[in-house]
Amino acid sequence: MRYGETGYDLEIDLSTGNIEKVERDPKLTELYLGGLGLNAYTMWSRVPADADPFDPDNLLIFAAGLLDGTMAHGANRTIVTSYSPQTKLLGFSMMGGFWAPELKYAGYDRIILKGKAPELVYLWINNDKVEIRDAKHLKGKGTYETSYLIRQEMKDSKVQVMAIGLAGENRVFFASLEHGRNSASRLGLGAVMGSKNLKAIAVRGTKDVPQAKPERMKELYFELLKYIQYRLQNPLPGIPGILAYIGSPQEMKLFDERWHTTSFAWGHARYRRKDFWTEEIEKKWAETQRRRIERYVSCYNCPVECGAIIRHDGLTTHRYLMKCFSKLTYLMAAESDSLEFNFDIAGKAQEYGLDGFTTPQVMAFAVELYENGILTDKDLPGFPKNNEERFYYLLEKIVRREGIGDILADGVYWAARRIGKGAEKFDHNTTKKHEQMVIKLGMLNPIYFLMYATGEKGNITQIEGQIPQAPLPKEVREEFVKDWPHVPKGKEERFKRFILEWGDEGKVFPFYPPPDLCCELVEWQEIMHYIDDCTGVCAGLSSFPIKPPYHIHNYPEIISAATGLEIDEDELWTTATRVRTLVRAINVRRGMRRKDEKPPEDHWKKRFPEYEEKLLDTYYKYRGWNKEGIPTIKTLKNLNLDYVAEDFIKRGILKPEEEEE
Amino acid sequence: MAEKKKKIVKQIIINADECNGCRACEAICSGYHSTDKFSIINPGRSRIFVHWDPYRNLFVPVLGGPQAPAECLARNKYIIDGKEYDECLFCGAVDCPSRELFQDPDSKLPLKCDSCESEPPLEEPMCVQVCINDALTYEEREEEVEEEREWDELDMGLEHLIKTFGPDKVLETFERLVKKEQTP
Ligand code: SF4
Ligand code: SF4
Ligand code: SF4
Repeated sequence: MRYGETGYDLEIDLSTGNIEKVERDPKLTELYLGGLGLNAYTMWSRVPADADPFDPDNLLIFAAGLLDGTMAHGANRTIVTSYSPQTKLLGFSMMGGFWAPELKYAGYDRIILKGKAPELVYLWINNDKVEIRDAKHLKGKGTYETSYLIRQEMKDSKVQVMAIGLAGENRVFFASLEHGRNSASRLGLGAVMGSKNLKAIAVRGTKDVPQAKPERMKELYFELLKYIQYRLQNPLPGIPGILAYIGSPQEMKLFDERWHTTSFAWGHARYRRKDFWTEEIEKKWAETQRRRIERYVSCYNCPVECGAIIRHDGLTTHRYLMKCFSKLTYLMAAESDSLEFNFDIAGKAQEYGLDGFTTPQVMAFAVELYENGILTDKDLPGFPKNNEERFYYLLEKIVRREGIGDILADGVYWAARRIGKGAEKFDHNTTKKHEQMVIKLGMLNPIYFLMYATGEKGNITQIEGQIPQAPLPKEVREEFVKDWPHVPKGKEERFKRFILEWGDEGKVFPFYPPPDLCCELVEWQEIMHYIDDCTGVCAGLSSFPIKPPYHIHNYPEIISAATGLEIDEDELWTTATRVRTLVRAINVRRGMRRKDEKPPEDHWKKRFPEYEEKLLDTYYKYRGWNKEGIPTIKTLKNLNLDYVAEDFIKRGILKPEEEEE
Repeated sequence: MAEKKKKIVKQIIINADECNGCRACEAICSGYHSTDKFSIINPGRSRIFVHWDPYRNLFVPVLGGPQAPAECLARNKYIIDGKEYDECLFCGAVDCPSRELFQDPDSKLPLKCDSCESEPPLEEPMCVQVCINDALTYEEREEEVEEEREWDELDMGLEHLIKTFGPDKVLETFERLVKKEQTP
């Protein structure tokens, strides 16, 4: 009997139409938990290291997290994994909502897809019934329309659908998978799905997910619920509103957008508008927001309501769903003052199935090239004068890969190289070929330097968390550390002192915190995310906010109550480190090295190249990686990743004799 | 007419406007009613069913209610926020022949909300406890009721509709249906 997980994967070969239900070795759960951990293991062991992302041999894996479908709050993440067409590295993108729990209730932890369907198809999974169905009638349809149509066909409001839009069908490198208000949007996995001729996956399940220690699970559930309720009503003092709560940043509920609009960069991540936020804007935006939002919505088994249903009469469904920063990404990139514009274009873009983070940056990049004469009217025939209209123009070109759209659809990095003529210089906000957060700051932040440089996720919000992003005001520091049980064992003294001192004279960036403390802080932030990526718990309840409901001390018990897996804090930490290291190993095998580990050059005005190298050296060493950022044989063996070490030796990536020194 | 009697009326009040569609109520209900409490989670076995349709902005929790008469009377139209919705979507009949809303997925037995009756009684039913956004609230009050079963159930059903949709909407629907009946 297995608890929490079903123990089964659905293996589907789209080329042959073969469908199999395969039981997994329980040992794998001990080693990799679930979700990303299992996906990484499967990618490592089954996909050739040099496979092209669009190669039929490349796998596309959809995993429910280990805790998905149990009583654990917010355990609803789907972890989609493949090689990314944009970065060419491992791409894993998470989304919340209802899809993964439904998959569990249908009796599966994962769907592992390979091959390529001869024609456009969708999958229909209803408990034991699994069908590959013709999707010709859905070709070119939007993500919402597709979901709507499939749900209509099934006449069951509990069918959960995830779908790609035109962008995925046309293999736009930043195409997303959309499922209601939730998107697996980073790293272009929608394009991989398109390359397999798969339009959508619809799931419905009515089977049991057993829990190992029912009574304990119930107690933990209500303990956490009480804390969630408390945190929703008690923002942390001294911390900007958007970071003072739990959940995904509460942008659907907050009306005050001073923080984002004045501290994030506008245009193609170029400049700040420090006096943008006026009373007049606030009034106008509040009116728009109230009018457009029809309802606040949550993901499965979570009361936090981070999302909203947005009215949109330009869509066949007349509404779409949104959360978080996509409320502002388009308008800031287009340098528009209109929140209405953002609601409109974001809805259209999501219907096409595009990442709301990368897309506006690609568009702003194109506008910049045009204004600098690198792209001309020949490339952009009939290009409108006004930025908002330009964005709509570019949207249509990109999703169809039409004219210049075909180049822009590869994202800023690749487009710059294909365009040439100095366009490369305008590629200033990518890391590992992927567009980054639109932040431009003054002084180097050593903690964020390390997270940007060494992060495997391409997205800072999936790495950061736990600690305030700036020194706390003096008067709240004592109180903050007094009630901070989240800190990992053995770090209490150091991390609390850090909060108490940070911002004092001499305790400022870039030389404070010192490199060793930076390493520990980065590790903590990152490890919490990797745990979530394996368990399927939403980062908004765990790794992202400050003082979240889930933490390293209560996690082991929750995992054990749900699954029966006896794991303590240290073992959980080690397991997450194993997964983190395996992800790195996959990327190393695909060629990633130290030279790739660079935050955007202009992320900070004041840079310290020598010191940054020292930071990187210290961090690599701390992690047990060599000078190139490759985990050493010893590190790999300590983590039960002997097979990785052997592979690295065979390929000449690691040399045993070099490590002796 | 049956005799009047005092009785504690337990009622879950559904405010569909506050529902965020999280389905925590379904999860907990299925857990609470599993043979060994909370040993399984399966919304398919829940006695509350949340109609979940973000594309129409329709989130309507429905409790597994009374048995429907053999000849279904529930082909109503419901009006929410001035819009008409078709047929029996929101009916709580547990043995409806045309749907599987309140059927145990394995045994096909009807699943009826029992207000989490237990000894000792819960402070509040499980689904109400987990719905911290107050789409579900709970009320106990003493009432004089007629000792006749059908009327009791009809009352409850209507009351439930009124709480959910407001008296005007229910009246409007009722009038329209009566008119329809009367036109040959
Ligand atoms: S915190 Fe927000 S994003 Fe996370 S599961 Fe809950 S509703 Fe979804
Ligand atoms: S718990 Fe409450 S808010 Fe969530 S689906 Fe049920 S009724 Fe709606
Ligand atoms: S009151 Fe109890 S039995 Fe009825 S729906 Fe709620 S949790 Fe289920």
